Amino acid sequence: MTDVIVVGAGPAGSAAALLAARDGLDVVLLERGPFPGSKNAYGGVVYGRVLDEVLPNWWDEVPVQRWVTRRSTMVLTEGRALTVDFRSTDWGKAPYNGCTTFRADFDSWLAGKAVEAGAQLVTSTVATGLVVEGDRVVGVRTDRSDGDLRAPLVIAADGVKSFLAKEAVLLPRTQAKHLTLGVKEVLSLPREVIDERFGVRGNEGVDVEILGCTRGIPGGGFVYTNRDSISVGVVVSVEHLAAAKVRAEDLVADLKAHPAVAPWVEGADLKEYTAHLIPEGGYDHLPPLSTPGMLVTGDAAGLCLAAGIWLEGVNFAIGSGLEAGRHARRIIETRDEKPYRAALEETFVLQDHKRLRGAPGVVLSERVQQQYPGLIADLVQGLFTVTNPTAKPGVVKLLRAAAKNNGVKLRHLMTDGLRGGKVFR
Amino acid sequence: MTGYDGISFDDRMETVEFRVAERAHIVVDSDVCRSCTTKACVTACPANLFAPTSDGGILFNYEQCFECGTCYQVCNAEGALTWTYPDGGHGVVFRHG
Ligand SMILES: Cc1cc2nc3c(=O)[nH]c(=O)nc-3n(C[C@H](O)[C@H](O)[C@H](O)COP(=O)(O)OP(=O)(O)OC[C@H]3O[C@@H](n4cnc5c(N)ncnc54)[C@H](O)[C@@H]3O)c2cc1C
Ligand code: SF4
Ligand code: SF4
Repeated sequence: MTDVIVVGAGPAGSAAALLAARDGLDVVLLERGPFPGSKNAYGGVVYGRVLDEVLPNWWDEVPVQRWVTRRSTMVLTEGRALTVDFRSTDWGKAPYNGCTTFRADFDSWLAGKAVEAGAQLVTSTVATGLVVEGDRVVGVRTDRSDGDLRAPLVIAADGVKSFLAKEAVLLPRTQAKHLTLGVKEVLSLPREVIDERFGVRGNEGVDVEILGCTRGIPGGGFVYTNRDSISVGVVVSVEHLAAAKVRAEDLVADLKAHPAVAPWVEGADLKEYTAHLIPEGGYDHLPPLSTPGMLVTGDAAGLCLAAGIWLEGVNFAIGSGLEAGRHARRIIETRDEKPYRAALEETFVLQDHKRLRGAPGVVLSERVQQQYPGLIADLVQGLFTVTNPTAKPGVVKLLRAAAKNNGVKLRHLMTDGLRGGKVFR
Repeated sequence: MTGYDGISFDDRMETVEFRVAERAHIVVDSDVCRSCTTKACVTACPANLFAPTSDGGILFNYEQCFECGTCYQVCNAEGALTWTYPDGGHGVVFRHG
């Protein structure tokens, strides 16, 4: 008898299966791809500390490309770039902070942990729908010849498109407003060349988040270093991308041609091109996280944290999956799903989302996306351009000119500053 | 067709593995598309699979699809797209996703 059916062997599903199996439950973990991670694409960096408690010393085993010891935030305008760059040797040793890794490797590794704990992983199998009795989910339909699978609890960990959550009417069928499309090129380069171009050594790596590189379409870009390749991509609002009639790969081409990025990618060969959606609605647009007989986790529940300088989905998926798995037995016994949401409220998963609920609105706002990059570049260029024999202009004068030049009113700067301060407090 | 940055779109898609299924997992009803004013899918699909036809419809090929879901999110007309997952084990296989 199966106790729990987990749909999707992404980070959320494998985390849920791991703890449910450790608790002695009979767990089936369904994955539609031929192996875990085969359908998944992200930036990426995995922030693994969420695993500390369940997989001690995970950092000795995780299939890491590089440990991120350097993080940059870049603001681009045509021909100009302002970068805030931070590095810490602390991030290069245990317990580390984040690592670059490919999902085929990472998701397979985490699913392997669930299997070691006793979960049964079934790949190449699509959960095609829910089996419902009365108002209760009692199983899933599959595209296997043996058909339906029944269990007292279904955990939907089926990612951003979650057809299971849609079927249970927890998610609307379309929600382009709250989705971004991410496309990524993995470009191969020799390891030493990456070390040299990015100023790192050994297994150290770099994470660069970029604003102002998407032709005004709300979104941003990224560059991550892997062992012998770099990942370059953009994430843009689906709605605005479609309206602008711009092709996503052209935005990546723009980014790669920018003078601040071009020297990094020079001579690199395209190894793989990928595309995937991201749920970015944040706390104010979370669906109900359960329905009788079913819990919804990770991206399926919109739990990816996309708040400008943070793009964290894997750790949030794992965090929510762990709580689903941890409380599975009690939920089965009491037929009450409430402890799942209550547990999430007690962890970073909903606490961070709640605190940063206003972030998507600020980060994707028109001024932040279209006007502030130019304003900042003008201001900094003014500060550092030596205009002799003319004397240096004052900062206030420069700020006024930069604001005017980019169509920003000083009162907008004030209100946005206050709003930003409130949102990111 | 050479892309914007020198990589042709075909070469770009050549880097991706597709285990093509016999069943088309996405079906486009070109008759519905003919009355569509946005044709949003055409540029938004990252795999460039929606080709406008001379009679105002859409020619679609499911084989090199990322299964990302962008098309049905931006689709302008009810009933134009039937979107399902490829049968288990088929479709796109990312190695460096
Ligand atoms: C471009 C981009 C960049 C990103 N960058 C980062 C980053 O740097 N760091 C970070 O932490 N996060 C990042 N994210 C977000 C992160 O990828 C997601 O939040 C995370 O993968 C969510 O995990 P999940 O387990 O909920 O869903 P997924 O990883 O999507 O897993 C869902 C799984 O379910 C399977 N599945 C779906 N439906 C079915 C079905 N019906 N039957 C069987 N199996 C099914 C899928 O094949 C898949 O394996 C990024 C995302 C994108 C797109
Ligand atoms: S799912 Fe994505 S790749 Fe496939 S046809 Fe739709 S938009 Fe294109
Ligand atoms: S947006 Fe929808 S209706 Fe319009 S052309 Fe594309 S598939 Fe057809």
